[in-house]
Amino acid sequence: MTAGHTVKSYDEALGRLTRDVLAMGGLVESQLASAVQALVRRDGELAAQVIANDQRIDELEIRIDEQVTRILALRQPMAGDLRLVKTALKMSSDLERMGDLAANTAKRSLALTQADPVALRAAIARMADVVQAMIKDVLDAFAQRDADKAIAVRQRDTEVDEIYNGVFRALLTYMMEDQAHITPCTHLLFIAKNIERIGDHTTNVAEMVAYLVKGATPAEERTKGDTTSTFAGPAGPGAP
Amino acid sequence: MVAITVPVAAPTAAGGVVKVAARGVDVFYGAKQALVAVDLDIAEHQVTALIGPSGCGKSTFLRCLNRMNDTIEGCRVTGSITLDGQDLYARTIDVVQVRSRVGMVFQKPNPFPKSVYDNVAYGPRIHGLARDRAELDAIVETSLKLASLWSEVKDRLGEPGTSLSGGQQQRLCIARAIAVSPEVILMDEPCSALDPIATAHIEELIDELKTNFTIAIVTHNMQQAARVSQYTAFFHLGRLVEFGDTAAVFTNPRETMTQDYITGRFG
Repeated sequence: MTAGHTVKSYDEALGRLTRDVLAMGGLVESQLASAVQALVRRDGELAAQVIANDQRIDELEIRIDEQVTRILALRQPMAGDLRLVKTALKMSSDLERMGDLAANTAKRSLALTQADPVALRAAIARMADVVQAMIKDVLDAFAQRDADKAIAVRQRDTEVDEIYNGVFRALLTYMMEDQAHITPCTHLLFIAKNIERIGDHTTNVAEMVAYLVKGATPAEERTKGDTTSTFAGPAGPGAP
Repeated sequence: MVAITVPVAAPTAAGGVVKVAARGVDVFYGAKQALVAVDLDIAEHQVTALIGPSGCGKSTFLRCLNRMNDTIEGCRVTGSITLDGQDLYARTIDVVQVRSRVGMVFQKPNPFPKSVYDNVAYGPRIHGLARDRAELDAIVETSLKLASLWSEVKDRLGEPGTSLSGGQQQRLCIARAIAVSPEVILMDEPCSALDPIATAHIEELIDELKTNFTIAIVTHNMQQAARVSQYTAFFHLGRLVEFGDTAAVFTNPRETMTQDYITGRFG
């Protein structure tokens, strides 16, 4: 890494921005962990806490937004500094969405504290573990300016998509078996989708980190593993 | 001291024409070497910005392009600089002709203590470019129009050039430079003595002028270099450290030293 700026307060401003993005990312990571824990353990109290905590993520986003505006107006950043400021702004909006999805997961887990028709919580937790590790690694990649690590995170999203495809099919099967499963299974489906979306946002962040370090967005197209959008339904007994 | 990597043969516009080519240019002021082995191409009808900290050699390089360094006692230039393939330092070349083909605009506006009209008419007169008064009038009007000054001075052509505002004076100097129909215009920090509005006028003008001329500009203002130029050359300690597409240099420079300079980490 290069030396500090001649104007020290500029270094401080960029340092603070970096710290806030990392703090926001760390918060998202723990929000996801807690939301899934609340689901698995049927812990309504923990779920409520996750829902309340989302505000802290929103506040950080606003703070980062203000800092970016200020730096752009006062410092006119160039080159690596410009890329950092742009990356921070884009990362924070992805992280904010990720926080919302974690909070929504917690909210839906409240509807599931009683009934447990299906044994899919473990699969969802496994998916969340992968996503959580991706978030952790992408934040490390950001802190260490490690493009290779960021690109590796991006590749792991395929694994998330695969688990999600499995969960999606299993949920459909449960719902076809018994109409009483429809409500809880729909919640679980949304939860799985939320986590899958968090994974997608994480790959966005990974691309930004790679851009920050290399000055170019990774070119090769990532393999998309989520095939549920084209899934027409299982060939059940009533199917033609 | 930090090692400086010198880029191999400078690239130019994709498919663009090289107007001025410098190869292995060394400049000495007495025993002191001010430029070391500079290879740089200036693309035709483009703006090339020369940036770098004070004393890096960017103005020295600019002055080599119209042999202004000849006027400095003890200055020695080696290597080759060609304009349309013609060696500017050949024995047979007429220096006055070089300077009419490669014009220059300086840091501070320096109009002659003459009328607005005579400032612009000066060059065409001494070079005998106009056969009669009507032709001279036409050259003055065209030059002032190209310099975006005509509408502001057309009713006061007889007033002294020094009575204009600073920004207008600089545009008058640009009109004076282009009145002899140069091919290349060199600008040495043309906006450093101007306010932001006057600066914006000059920047807009530079953009328009590149249709007819090839421009090389030295500036200390990074944002200005980024705004007005298509190519940027970064000099440090007499060497060309990096040359490339302006957008690339300011968003993703190849050299750490360029990055450090343009982001305000030294210089």
